[in-house]
Amino acid sequence: MVYKASWSRKVFIFFNVVLLSAILALGILPFIHMLAISLSSTTAAAAAEVGLWPVGFSLEAYRYLGQKAEFIHSLGVSVERVLLGTVVNMLFVVITAYPLSRSNGQFRYRTLYVWFFAVTMFFGGGLIPTYVIVKETHLLDSIWALVLPGALNVWNAVMLLNFFRGIPKELDEAATIDGAGHWTLLWKIYLPVSLPALATITLFTVVGHWNSWFDGILYMNSPANYPLQSYLSTLVTSINKQAISLDDLSRLENISEKTLRTAQIFLGALPIMLVYPFLQKFFIKGITVGSVKE
Amino acid sequence: MKDASIGRKRKFREMPLHLMLLPGVIVTLIYAYGPMFGIVMAFQKFQPLQGFFKSKWAGMKNFDYIFHLPEFNQILWNTVIISVLKMAFGLIVPLVLALLLNELTRDWFKRFVQTSVFLPFFLSWTVLGGVMLDIFSLHGPVNAILHSFGISPIMFMGNGDWFRGIIVGSDVWKGMGYNMIVFLAAIAGINASLYEAAEVDGAGKWKQMLHITLPGMAPIIILLATLSLGNVLNAGFDQILILYNSIVYDKADVIDTYVYRLGLFSQQFSPAAAIGLFKSVISLGMVSVSYYMAYRFSRYRIF
Repeated sequence: MVYKASWSRKVFIFFNVVLLSAILALGILPFIHMLAISLSSTTAAAAAEVGLWPVGFSLEAYRYLGQKAEFIHSLGVSVERVLLGTVVNMLFVVITAYPLSRSNGQFRYRTLYVWFFAVTMFFGGGLIPTYVIVKETHLLDSIWALVLPGALNVWNAVMLLNFFRGIPKELDEAATIDGAGHWTLLWKIYLPVSLPALATITLFTVVGHWNSWFDGILYMNSPANYPLQSYLSTLVTSINKQAISLDDLSRLENISEKTLRTAQIFLGALPIMLVYPFLQKFFIKGITVGSVKE
Repeated sequence: MKDASIGRKRKFREMPLHLMLLPGVIVTLIYAYGPMFGIVMAFQKFQPLQGFFKSKWAGMKNFDYIFHLPEFNQILWNTVIISVLKMAFGLIVPLVLALLLNELTRDWFKRFVQTSVFLPFFLSWTVLGGVMLDIFSLHGPVNAILHSFGISPIMFMGNGDWFRGIIVGSDVWKGMGYNMIVFLAAIAGINASLYEAAEVDGAGKWKQMLHITLPGMAPIIILLATLSLGNVLNAGFDQILILYNSIVYDKADVIDTYVYRLGLFSQQFSPAAAIGLFKSVISLGMVSVSYYMAYRFSRYRIF
């Protein structure tokens, strides 16, 4: 298609590029700013002199964090949570999605089970009753409190079951004639064919576990058991509350630990910022498959 | 006789399926259905030490109490206004972005913009909240820029109206990459020959967007708008909890954050559960309506 750019078109293209560049900046500049603060000297950070480039370059904050027990420990809890949580979540999603992907002819109780799970997507007990149940099942203060209540993500199971349904029936029938049972079918046929869908769901699960913070605050009685994001949230909110209760907002700037706080927040985001650009295409595929369904 | 043996065979074939579902059923029963039964505490004078079974019944007293709370109307209003603003901007901004991005001819620039717009979506509200509090603080970069224009510093986080704007703005900022991708996928799905035909008929780029791209995207726009209706009482718990402070409670406290403060800080379990139930019931109604409409308009089904 040959297109002759008119004068007005050229003006539009120019402004379009300018506007989109501004939006691009909006996405990354805040994080560059945080990085710059964390790499600045304490005095420069406290005086709010830092823009997008470190002032009085110093690695002190990061060096200090390398020895800060709280930070290291919460990082450990997060890693444990991501590993354990992802394995459990994926297992549940796979073994739930497979039976629900069978036709009613193959599995008579399918509709019943579908309703059983679907209800939970739209109606929940709410914060307080959920907390009480977690408490009654003695999960408080244990890593399982962060894994078990959300072990089965119904949305992900639905995504996977829709993917399973798109797999040609012939594969299934041929294997069944050869004597394969359901477990074999799932393991040998469905899972290998579903790698793109599994990759997408795994990525979302990993990111979800890494990012959750509220359940950590809620279910962990002792802050020593906080995963990283929960620990970070206490930093963020305490700065916020402190500043307000003293009724002196300028104090917010004079806390000498500003570089330290910023460094911790930045490190909390770093793993995702590092891997995300490479995994982006998986996410995009997952979102497109999950939303535009014909 | 033959029928019976086939029936038994089928039952045998289906056993593994039941087995596979068992773990999911157990977890769902305990942690999804369990809390639903826990709702009874909304009708009790719940005492943590006595549990659900020994606590005294209170009938509708808790509901009577919450509806007469002086904050109740304000909180309901905050919730609705914040979530409606989020819905509107959360749909319009990504739509415009997708249309603009679609006009870019340089692929590397397009990818670059897409990646940076999508980034905040993957970060938690703790990280983003930390960033926001820094950027909008009294001596933060935003006030520094305003200062260079001669505007005196604004206390963004300590002023209810500004605070609401930041809540809505930062939510749009975090989420816009996601819907943008959905819209871009919809644009990619539009038949290219339509554009060629329009071109032959002498339609410029603007006309093409108006008469081909937008109508082509209409189903997905309507679908997303409809589905978001179900979330009208979810104004964003994580985000508000991390960003707000006691000064802006009157403008920023939403149902979820209020339940949290009432239930877990003031230990008023029963009234908090009653508010939670009130919200769940309305939400369920809204979700049902929105999914029904989504099915009517665009044949959308979850399963």
